[in-house]
Amino acid sequence: MQAQALVLAPGFDDPVHESQSVFRAAMTALSRPGMIVPLHVDLLPPTMLTPTAAALALTLVDFETKLYLGAGLDDADDVQRYLSFHTGATMTAAPGHADFALVADIEALPPLGVFAQGNLEYPDRSTTVIVQVQGFDHSLHFEGPGIDGRIAFGISGAPARLAVDLEDNRARFPLGVDLVFAAPHAIAALPRSSRLVKV
Amino acid sequence: MTVQSSPDPVIAYRQRLMAACTAAKTAELLDALADFGPLPPYRDLRAPECGLVMLRGKIGGDGAAFNVGEATVVRAAVVLGSGEVGHAYQLGRDTEKARVSALFDAIAQKPNSRHRLTDLVIRPVEERVEAQRRVNREQVASTRVDFFTMVRGED
Repeated sequence: MQAQALVLAPGFDDPVHESQSVFRAAMTALSRPGMIVPLHVDLLPPTMLTPTAAALALTLVDFETKLYLGAGLDDADDVQRYLSFHTGATMTAAPGHADFALVADIEALPPLGVFAQGNLEYPDRSTTVIVQVQGFDHSLHFEGPGIDGRIAFGISGAPARLAVDLEDNRARFPLGVDLVFAAPHAIAALPRSSRLVKV
Repeated sequence: MTVQSSPDPVIAYRQRLMAACTAAKTAELLDALADFGPLPPYRDLRAPECGLVMLRGKIGGDGAAFNVGEATVVRAAVVLGSGEVGHAYQLGRDTEKARVSALFDAIAQKPNSRHRLTDLVIRPVEERVEAQRRVNREQVASTRVDFFTMVRGED
């Protein structure tokens, strides 16, 4: 067996406590849509994967879940090996069958309808989409469960179609996908219950 | 139960090394590590962690499989600076032993280092295990009782 050309990067130093912190951050972000939750992680994943997104993957993804890697991540050998090794997840090329999806940046986010939407008996059997983003802004406005009145929240550099996509996603409620955004030192989330409002 | 040896000589070597590491006492492995000389740069890829493995069995070796019970297993993975990844999976909870075994497995993938591993780890452990087996066999043989069956008459 020849030596691997790509050196496999390590995962969490302290998997128990670090994954707990990341999980708590994700839970807070999903229950308070649009709230920016600080998250500092000490990871050096393969280049195409950001430390925050890697932390979310290592925490949420395991051998029982199927993972879809979006454009830019799917052809990076070292990303696949890193995630397979540390999470044990099976990769799938079909976003409609994925429990989790990792998207390289907000531009690369496909129409949310391509992902698993869940079904009426099990709406939770949908894809949770983790999107790597540069940062957040106040370009859109949301209302809904977990939001006190209304919140101004958006993704920096997001294309115009994101708002349309989010509206379509909301229209499929209680089905649809939940989005977790991974920025350099923070995360935020938009579960399917959040409604886009025009101000 | 015997393990099928792989046709690939490197994998076959690693199998033999892993069997020796598992049979070794932690002190033997730590001594071998100390005597190894300069080690290549390495770090934990997966720090030693303990978990449970469900053992599956079949009565008499066939029939429907069932859960025999859970066994505690410790696993570790080590990566060398040059990229080789070594793994260890062992029964028990000895994290240090698992880490050292994983390191040896990684070093075993460097062709120039194998003779050191054979001398320091494989040969001493195999000799000790074989010597112990010999003692056990002799002790058991001395307790052997030969039964003679009496053939009875008719009926």
